[in-house]
Amino acid sequence: MARDVTASSRPVWKEKPSVLLSSTKAVVVAVTSVLILIPMLVVVSTSLASEEQILEAGGYVLWPTDPTLEAYEVLFRGPFMVQAIGVSVFVTVVGTAIALFTTITMAYALSRPVLFGRPVLLAVLFTLLFAPGLIPMFLMVRQLNLLDTVWSLILPGALGAFNFVVMRSFFQAIPRELTEAAHMDGASDFYVLRRVVLPLSKAVVAVVGLFYAVGFWNAFFNALLYIQRRTDLYPVQVILRSYVIRGDSLTADQLGVEQVPPPQSLQMAIVMVALVPILLVYPFLQRHFTKGVITGAVKG
Amino acid sequence: MSQEPATGSGQQPTPTPSRPRQVSLRARFRRDWRMLLMMVPGVLALLLFFYIPILGNVVAFQDFQPFLGFSGSEWVGLGNFIDLYDNPDFWNALKNTLVLATFQLVLFFPVPLALALLVDSLVSSKVRRTFQSIVYLPHFLSWVLVIALFQQALGANGLVNNGLRSIGLDAIGFMTDPATFPLMATFQLVWKDAGWAMIIFLAALANVDVELYEAAAADGAGRWRRLWHITLPSIRAVVILLLILRIGDILSVGFEQFLLQRDSVGAGAAEVLDTFTYFSGVIGGDWGAGAAAGLAKGVVGLVLIIGANKLAHRFGEPGIFQSRKVA
Repeated sequence: MARDVTASSRPVWKEKPSVLLSSTKAVVVAVTSVLILIPMLVVVSTSLASEEQILEAGGYVLWPTDPTLEAYEVLFRGPFMVQAIGVSVFVTVVGTAIALFTTITMAYALSRPVLFGRPVLLAVLFTLLFAPGLIPMFLMVRQLNLLDTVWSLILPGALGAFNFVVMRSFFQAIPRELTEAAHMDGASDFYVLRRVVLPLSKAVVAVVGLFYAVGFWNAFFNALLYIQRRTDLYPVQVILRSYVIRGDSLTADQLGVEQVPPPQSLQMAIVMVALVPILLVYPFLQRHFTKGVITGAVKG
Repeated sequence: MSQEPATGSGQQPTPTPSRPRQVSLRARFRRDWRMLLMMVPGVLALLLFFYIPILGNVVAFQDFQPFLGFSGSEWVGLGNFIDLYDNPDFWNALKNTLVLATFQLVLFFPVPLALALLVDSLVSSKVRRTFQSIVYLPHFLSWVLVIALFQQALGANGLVNNGLRSIGLDAIGFMTDPATFPLMATFQLVWKDAGWAMIIFLAALANVDVELYEAAAADGAGRWRRLWHITLPSIRAVVILLLILRIGDILSVGFEQFLLQRDSVGAGAAEVLDTFTYFSGVIGGDWGAGAAAGLAKGVVGLVLIIGANKLAHRFGEPGIFQSRKVA
């Protein structure tokens, strides 16, 4: 039998670790966690810290003594950040909806023995092994007149092969008798998918949906490639690159204020805008993904 | 299953042994048309953003001029590939790609396995679950965000260098030194993805038969011997599978990560095949060269992955396709 992953007591045959071994483990666990969490903590703290504290600390703050939302207020006063958030949210919401629709219908059809099922399935799986290449993709998007539209950020992501595999193996695990019984009662394939299969698949739809959402929210390169002139269509990730990584400076004009707060706190506020949505969905994502990913990776 | 139409009364029922049931295409179409309709959006996406662009690779054999289009541009045969061969920037990108891939293989690949062994050995499920939540998290951050965080921590005016200066030491160019860039890039990758890559090993570890451990312990095998003789052999197939996938993917070391750091580290160290394609094609306007580099990369990657898979079969390992049906 496979081990119960949640079991919490030491099996009788397992010897108690030596003090040296268990303290080594504790140190590794602690150091790894700190290395991951500290940068995020610093970002949160610095974005909230007051001007005086940042100047005093020489740039970064571990814990804001006098928290203020000034950096955020300044950031949201100008149009560029609000616009970018709007673009990112639109791309994420609409993109996820479209991608889920495409993936669910395709995965359901290919989870049953269907006419032309085999070649189409192979055609999807082949995308995991080969990429058409950047230049041909760019030319295709241009050919479709999608350059400098939000659709260039959405449509190329409408079917992810990995998510498809996860979804399909979940559908395959739904007992055939169940769908066949519904068919006997005269239900059409659409009805069966909507009323029988989907209600049983909430968990996998949630995981795949969140994977897509995270992907759309994080997409940077597509924006760089396909959004060339319309700066008002820049998503958050592009703003993050310009003003944090490249260090382009924000002018008082852009922000619509007379006094620009210290660049550090503004930059950290921009980082937060990119980070917070992920932190918000992460707990939901985390609940399901281990199972979802393993089904996809192992059973594919 | 037996929906064979009943044959004439006097005849013996024809035995239908191995042959699958033969239903005419029309009948199947009438039965399946709704399912086929469901495949339309997916097939459309596949055609538009995968298979038609693959045909677009003809650009690699053309002196492509955007205003002339595919049909109007002049054919140059292998000319673009020959130009690449003579282009030192291409060789530099290839060299960097291989260097980074080697670093990833040697320094990144073992980390998730080690982490998984560590997590698997933690007895307290609370500690284990908390630790897992923390190490998975960075995978969901975009590369832009990860590089931004690294810059804030290790950049010229970052956290660490501020600290060094405040105690009177010189700042270190962690994020800008081309000489140490491969190391830095690998560290960034470990930070972002090692925890996530651990999942698959954890799943494999959870499938190891616990009775084997019991029996070995009863025979007096200590913890390290059990690790060596039971744990590692049990997950060998998974390790080899992932190694194959990694080798097949060796020319894709990552795109955004290097694009984002190309400004500060310089093309000498941070230009990889993907960024070369972008800069020579989309930015430089030499579409043919970019497409040729991209196509060469894709084809070599495909050959590598199929080759590595064959090699795994030769060693008696299940490889990519079969192993998925196991477990």
